[in-house]
Amino acid sequence: MSDNRKFHLPEVVRTPSRFRNAIGKYRLNRTDACTSCGKCVEICPYGVHVMKRGRVYVKNHYLCIGKECPNPCTLGCPENALSFRRNPTFDTMGDYRWTPDLLASTWYMSEFGDVPKAGLNYRTGDSGGGFDKLRIKLRKEEESLDLTDEDIDLSVELNRREDNAHRVKIEVPFYGGGMSYGSVSVTTILSRMKAAKLLGTLCCTGEGGYPDELKPYDDNVITQVATGLFGVREETIQRVRMVEFKYAQGAKPGLGGHLLADKVTPGVARMREAVAGFPLFSPFPFHSVYSVEDHKKHVDWIKAINPKAVVSVKVSTPTDVDMVAVGSYYAGAHVIHLDGSYGGTGAAPEIAKKNISMPIEYAIPKVHQFLIDEGVRDKVTVIASGGIRTPHDLVKIIALGADAVCTGTSDMVALECIRCHKCESGRGCARGIATTDTELVQLMNNDWGTQRIVNMFLAWRKEIIRILKRLGMKSIKELVGRKDVLAHLDYINK
Amino acid sequence: MPSKYVIHTKQIDHRFEPLTRSGIIAWEEGCLKCPVCVKKECVYGVYEKRELNPGQMIDSIDNKCMSCLRCVQNCPGQLIQKSINPEFMEMGDTHWTPDIIARLWYQGETGKIPVSGAGYPGPFSGPGFDSMWTDMSEIVRPTRDGIHGREYISTGVDIGSTPKNLVFDKEGRMVKNESAIIDIPIPVIMRAPDFGAISGNTIKGWISAAKKLETLLAIPVKRIIPEFLKLSAHIIPVISSKDIEGLNINEHVRMVEYIWDEKGASNLKKVKKMFPEALISVRLYLDGDFEKKAMEIFEAGCSIINLEGSYNGRVRDDASIYMKDAIRRIHLAFVEKGVRDEMTLIASGGFSMAEHIAKSILCGTDAVYVDFPILIALGCRMCHRCEQGIPCPVEIDNASIKWVAARTINIIGAWHNQLLEVMGAMGIRDVRRLRGEVGRAMFFEELDKNIFGSLNRVEEGFELE
Repeated sequence: MSDNRKFHLPEVVRTPSRFRNAIGKYRLNRTDACTSCGKCVEICPYGVHVMKRGRVYVKNHYLCIGKECPNPCTLGCPENALSFRRNPTFDTMGDYRWTPDLLASTWYMSEFGDVPKAGLNYRTGDSGGGFDKLRIKLRKEEESLDLTDEDIDLSVELNRREDNAHRVKIEVPFYGGGMSYGSVSVTTILSRMKAAKLLGTLCCTGEGGYPDELKPYDDNVITQVATGLFGVREETIQRVRMVEFKYAQGAKPGLGGHLLADKVTPGVARMREAVAGFPLFSPFPFHSVYSVEDHKKHVDWIKAINPKAVVSVKVSTPTDVDMVAVGSYYAGAHVIHLDGSYGGTGAAPEIAKKNISMPIEYAIPKVHQFLIDEGVRDKVTVIASGGIRTPHDLVKIIALGADAVCTGTSDMVALECIRCHKCESGRGCARGIATTDTELVQLMNNDWGTQRIVNMFLAWRKEIIRILKRLGMKSIKELVGRKDVLAHLDYINK
Repeated sequence: MPSKYVIHTKQIDHRFEPLTRSGIIAWEEGCLKCPVCVKKECVYGVYEKRELNPGQMIDSIDNKCMSCLRCVQNCPGQLIQKSINPEFMEMGDTHWTPDIIARLWYQGETGKIPVSGAGYPGPFSGPGFDSMWTDMSEIVRPTRDGIHGREYISTGVDIGSTPKNLVFDKEGRMVKNESAIIDIPIPVIMRAPDFGAISGNTIKGWISAAKKLETLLAIPVKRIIPEFLKLSAHIIPVISSKDIEGLNINEHVRMVEYIWDEKGASNLKKVKKMFPEALISVRLYLDGDFEKKAMEIFEAGCSIINLEGSYNGRVRDDASIYMKDAIRRIHLAFVEKGVRDEMTLIASGGFSMAEHIAKSILCGTDAVYVDFPILIALGCRMCHRCEQGIPCPVEIDNASIKWVAARTINIIGAWHNQLLEVMGAMGIRDVRRLRGEVGRAMFFEELDKNIFGSLNRVEEGFELE
């Protein structure tokens, strides 16, 4: 990663849903009039219909793109035996931010390593503001640079201070945000971590310790030091190249963390040096930090234990977020990680998720400008998280002033999270992602999970490269702070 | 410092199964009778635990389903689907949305703060209070051991007029301040909603909750029956000018509300005479030049004003002005006049979520009135059938006093805890310090325009993606 060896990207391997029936937007109906002539198998561009032992049936409802289909089976069927309608289940999924279309298109990317061809809006959600009202301005005629994809540089240096710490470079402008062992399963953590290694990037452990299973990935691990100090040991800090201080998180700013008793299984308790079956509170704030000077002491403490560690500071987005960011820089942080209010994966009070602190779309441009005015923008890396769902969101937030992003929910969606928002209830996630229940974790295996996440991010990467080429940029670094490549639908021509 | 105010909530079951957002549709036809059916593998045991509720003639399956879709995705015959429930989606209106109603049911049932995983699912911003965010403090907060810890976050407010300074007579004795104040431990006063299948027992339940919560319940004087007056200290009789003749309440009440009209100033004197011991609040319907009218009320000698917006949280004759803005305008008018500390502003109309308390206070009120949420906590579906004389589908009027009181305590308890969460994140220890503290709020209009306002050009030859 940081040496000069040419980095080789992993391959896309088609990885379908781990459930028997993938959920799609449409459902096809075949009446008894069907003679199994095979015409539909022949004309469908997406492999929806299949012929097996002389009989035709619909194998892949979820790949049907409905009325946008250029060669619809419903018209091509000589017996008029086919019809399609919207799948009612599809519309019960998702929400304003993660629309059913966004969920299904993320699943498509995780299966095929490419964005959906048609039929799904994979670019924006339906929240009516922020990312969903911002658009990227591209030149109409395809005057893309005469470059191959390999010529576009997506890598980001995380350490811009000229100090002794590691020169950590990520090959793609994103890395995995913290999700703790306890809140998600070891399989989920390992899948994200392996994918991070394959993609040449990093992934954060969250607050909950550093399971031994992660040892092979030490160079790709960011270990988190949060207010509960769960699982933090000298040895874990010395093992990694990057350490993240979590002061606050966007979903529940000012409220700390809370792992419900049910999720504190014996394994989790051992890792966190706690007692199984009791809830764990990670209080807010760090009780040893009430000023920037105190914070500097914290950073120095990490540097004393691991002098080469790159230090990231994760904060949420209060109205004075710009002051917080500049204070963190002067205290010695290499990376300022801003976590906006609308993201997050863990359980949080709904009132906090909705109301407390500002969306990331506002915080990043504020901080970017403030750091420029202070003359230190090029000495520090700004990471955005909290609601980055798609490659388009990523491009937009970098244009607003971030250097790279952290993802969380999109990784979960790649693993087939349907956003039922019940992660915290009972035995945890019924789909085996955010749970430590011994039976439920069996629903998923590492190889499948790793490949799904790799595929999704390869699709992101391709899409980011396509957009950069159309913007006439050779490097993601050129995009940072280029607000002028964006337009906001509410203000155009006003 | 007063002893710590804690509202004890407990699970109080629904009397009727609530409507659910989606339902299961499972066909029997075509079933392959697999040896291990996906229905048996349900993590939540929904299919095993389902039962027929004979009272309501419904199957409880949809109330138990958690929508993980595993059965939908694993049935080999694809015989199970989920579908949006149109009956749920048609509840309420654009202000009292189905989601808000369902959250209120949950809080009435459990007394808990709604908590969920996987980030915020809602719109980016919205009208009225939805266009505000509250602040947080990165490294400072009021207590070191959590908002439910040993240290105290006060949510108490004073209703009435606190004197600007103490006055002493020639002998150096303190001159007793004429106007008393009522202090309530939570900035919420309840009141009977304008419609609903409300029986005597319902109101008794609310009064009993008001006593337990140490706050008050406002009721139109016409609806007060002698039995209610056993707990008269927790009742605010609401009086219009038509009620004044022949009004006869001898029990001790601490506060009365008079509905302002053109005869306001002269009637106010009559009301004061009738209730010499009580605080007099004036209800001002927010319409026309409401800032001017509010000032007139203050000048007529009334120091408590209830700013009454519409049922859906707006000014009554102008749906484009939301409570948020009306409150800020009136608050600022009194601040500019230099009298804001001599009076109490309470707002009412459309308060439907816990955050509205904090946001209303940030905009400039001291407290709020809560009306429909205490009805919805009882299971109300906002169907308005009671207004047409059709029986209530959840028979609220038949609920027992005890049940009504417990559910009401649950909803206010959940809201109180949410107020603590918001204040805790801001690092504010006393709700009185929150009043008008707009520096601790972020407004969509300002932020959005500052940050995105300049992104307004699409040059020739460009397209948007």
